[in-house]
Amino acid sequence: MHGAGFFQQAFIYLAATVVAVPLAKRLGLGSVLGYLIAGVLIGPYALGFIGEEGQDVMHFAEFGVVMMLFVVGLELEPSLLWRLRGPILGLGGAQVGATALALSGVALLVGISWQVALAIGMILALSSTAIVLQTLNEKGLMRTTAGQSSFAVLLFQDIAVIPMLALMPLLAAPGNVTESHAEEHSTLVSQLPPWGHALVVLGVMSGLILSGRFVLAPLFRFIAKARLRETFTAAALLLVIGIALVMTMIGLSPALGTFVAGVVLATSEYRHELEAEIEPFKGLLLGLFFIAVGASIDFGLVKAEPGTIVSLVGTLMVIKFLVLFTLARFFRLSLNQNLIFSFALAQGGEFAFVLFSFATQNGVIPKEIASPLVASVALSMALTPLAFIINERLVQPFLLQKENDERPQDEVHGDNPVIVAGYGRFGQVVARLLHSAGFESTLLDVDSDQIDLVRKFGARVYYGDATRMDLLHSAGANKARLLIIAIDEHEKALELAREVAKHFPNLTLLARARGRPEAFDFHNAGVEYVYRETFDSSLRMGTAALELLGMRSYRAHRAARAFRRHDEAFLRETARQRKASGEWVTFARTRSDDLLKVLRAEHQRQPDREAGWDTEEIRKGIQKNLQKDAESSST
Amino acid sequence: MNSVVVLFAHPSLEKSRVHRAWLEAIEGLEGVEVRDLYQLYPDFDVDIDEEQRVLAAHDIIVLQHPLYWYSIPALLKQYQDLVLEHGFAYGEKGVALSGKKVLSAISMGGKREAYEHGGFHDITLWELLAPIRQTARLCKMHYLPPFLQHGAFVMGPQDVVDSALRYRATLTALRDETLDTTALTNTRELQLPIESAPSNKGGVH
Repeated sequence: MHGAGFFQQAFIYLAATVVAVPLAKRLGLGSVLGYLIAGVLIGPYALGFIGEEGQDVMHFAEFGVVMMLFVVGLELEPSLLWRLRGPILGLGGAQVGATALALSGVALLVGISWQVALAIGMILALSSTAIVLQTLNEKGLMRTTAGQSSFAVLLFQDIAVIPMLALMPLLAAPGNVTESHAEEHSTLVSQLPPWGHALVVLGVMSGLILSGRFVLAPLFRFIAKARLRETFTAAALLLVIGIALVMTMIGLSPALGTFVAGVVLATSEYRHELEAEIEPFKGLLLGLFFIAVGASIDFGLVKAEPGTIVSLVGTLMVIKFLVLFTLARFFRLSLNQNLIFSFALAQGGEFAFVLFSFATQNGVIPKEIASPLVASVALSMALTPLAFIINERLVQPFLLQKENDERPQDEVHGDNPVIVAGYGRFGQVVARLLHSAGFESTLLDVDSDQIDLVRKFGARVYYGDATRMDLLHSAGANKARLLIIAIDEHEKALELAREVAKHFPNLTLLARARGRPEAFDFHNAGVEYVYRETFDSSLRMGTAALELLGMRSYRAHRAARAFRRHDEAFLRETARQRKASGEWVTFARTRSDDLLKVLRAEHQRQPDREAGWDTEEIRKGIQKNLQKDAESSST
Repeated sequence: MNSVVVLFAHPSLEKSRVHRAWLEAIEGLEGVEVRDLYQLYPDFDVDIDEEQRVLAAHDIIVLQHPLYWYSIPALLKQYQDLVLEHGFAYGEKGVALSGKKVLSAISMGGKREAYEHGGFHDITLWELLAPIRQTARLCKMHYLPPFLQHGAFVMGPQDVVDSALRYRATLTALRDETLDTTALTNTRELQLPIESAPSNKGGVH
C-alpha cells in the first residue's frame, strides 16, 4: 500500500463511507450497517473496487477494535468494573461455556469429529465486540441493563480468547500439525511451560497497572506541559500501539491489554484528553474494519452453496440467541432487556476470523469446513444491525401491545396527563416533582430496569423508544396534555419534537436542551418551553458566588433572575431572527452586547427604593409640576 | 430577662446607613437574635415551621424595617401572610404568640412634621401602622409604641451614631424589663434618651 495505489484505496474507502453511512443512518439502519453495505458494494462481488487486499486492510483495521476497547476502558472506572465482576464472570462464563457446548453438539450431530467440533464451538461462541458496542452506543443503550450485560459478556469473551489460543493446538489431530505454520504464531512465551506463561502474563498485567498509576500519569503531565497538541496525540497513539505490541508478544489479546490500560487511566486527569485524541482514529479504523468485513463476505461461496450457508448462519444465530435468552432469563433480566441482549450478541465475532485461520494453520479444522464458517460469521455480523431493527420495530411493539392488553381494565391510574420521554437524571426529577404534587406521568425509557424501581410509585411504565409514534400512541399521547422531552440524544429529541407536533397537536411540549445551540433547534422546531440542562444550576452557582463575594443574598438572586429572563428572551429572539433571515451571527453579537448593557443597568437600578422619599425633594417635585400645569393652562 | 428576636427586613441594606448602624449596635447583644429576612429568604420562600418556632421561642418581637410606601417591605408582608397561620397565631387554638410584645423599629425619609395632620403626608405614622397594630391585637400580643427614625437621608454622621445607640438602649431596656410598658398606653413613639443606661428607668416622652 504505497504511492498512487494507497491514495486510490483511501479514496475508495472514504468515498464509500461518505456515501453509504449517512444514507444508512437516514434510513434508520444505523452506521454499522452502512459501513457493511459500503464494504459489500466496493467488494470483489459487487463493484470490485477492492479485491483480495481487503484481507490486509481488515488486519490493519482490527486495530480500531483495540482502540475502541481503550476508549471503553477510559469510560469505565475501576469501581464500576468491580461492580460488573458478577456479570462478567457469571454471565460471560456461562455464555461462552454453554454456547460452545451447544454449537459443538450440533457439529457432532452432523458427523464432525469431537476435536474439530469443540474447536468450532469455542470459536463461534465469541461475538463481535466491534459491532455490538458500536451499535449499542449509537442507540444509546450502553448504560441500560442489556448494554451492561452485553459488555460484560464481550469482555469475558476477550479474555477467553487467550486459553482458546492455548488450547487449540492440543485439539489438532495427530500428524495434522504443519509445524511451520504453528511457528507462525510463536510469541516470546510460546517456548515456556504453561505456568511460566501464566507468570509472564501476570507480571506484564500488573506491570501495566502499576505503570499506568505511577509512570503514565506523570508522563502525560510532562507531555501536556509542552503544550503541543500533536505530541499529545502521538503519545496517546504510542501508548495504545505499544501496549498492543507487548500484548501480542506475550500472546494476549491487544484489545484486552488496551482495555486494562484504559481502565487504569480512567481515574487520571487526562482521561478526557486521551479519549478525545483517540476517538477520531478509533472511529475511522472501526469504520474501515466494518467495510473490510463487508468486503470479505465470500459471496462466491454463498452463491455456490446457498443452502449450506443459509442454514449455517441460521443455526449459528438461532442457537446463540437461544442460549443467550435462556441465560439472561436465569440472570433475571426483564423481558425487553433480555431481548436486546440476546439479539445483540447472537452473531460470530471478529476473533473468529483470527481463530479460524489459526486453527486451520494448526491443522485443527480442515479448510473446507472453516471457509463456509468464516463466510457465515461475516454474514451473521452483517445481519446484527438488522436483528436490532427487527427487535425494535417488530418484537418490542408486539410485547408492548400484549402488555397493554393484559393490563386489567380497572387499573387505578386513569390516563396520565403527562408523558415523560427519557427517564434519566433529568426526567426523574421532573416526574418526581409532578408526582409529589399529585400528577402522574407515563414514563418512557429505553432502560426499563431503571424504571421498574419507580413502578412502586404507581407510575405507568413503558419500555421503548419514544420517537416511535405508535408507541407514543399506546402510551396515551392522544389524551395526555404534556410531553416532557428529556432524551439524551439531541437528534432523537428533536425528531421527537417535530413528529409529535405533526401527530399529536394536543400535546404541549417541554424540551430539555443540552446547551444554547440545541435550545435554538428546539425553538426553531416550534417548541415553546425549552430548558437548557445546566443553565439553572449555573445560575445558582453564580448566585452563590456573588453571595460569597459579599453581595446581599436578595440582590444576588434578583441579579440571577434578571440574567435568566434576559438571556432567555435573547435566545428566543435570536432563534426567531435566525429563522427569518438565516443571518444570525452578527445579530447575535450585537444583541449580546445589548444584553450586557441591559443587565448592568438593571443591576444599578435595583436598590433605589428610597430615592426621592426625602420630603423636601418630593415637595419640590410636586411644586415644579404644579407650576408647569399652571403655565400650560394659562397659555 | 426577656428574649428578643429582631425580624429585619430591608431589600437593599447596602444603601442604608441607618439600618447598618442599628444592626451593628445590637450585634452580639445577649438575648437578642437578629433574623435578616431578605438574606434568609431571597426568593420569598419563608420557612413557615422554622419561623413559627422562632416566634414562639421569644418574648419580644421587633420588626425592623424602612417605611416603604407607608408600609412594610414586601418580604415582611409575605412573612406575615405565611407564618401567622390560623391555629398558630390567631383563632381559637392560635395562642402561640399570646402575651408577647411587638415593637416596630422604622426608618423613613420624611421628616417628623411630614407625618402630621396638615403636614406633607397628612397622616400620622400611628395611623399608618393600624394594620400592624391590629395584627398584633388579633394575635393577642401587646403592640408597643414604635421606635422611629425620621429624615433618614439628612442625618449627619453623629445623628446616625446617636440613633443606633438609642436603638440599642431601647432593645436592652425591653430585654431587661427596665421599661415600664404599662405606662405607655397613650404614647405614640418610644423615645429613650441615650444616657438612659439599661439599668436606669427609661424616661418616656
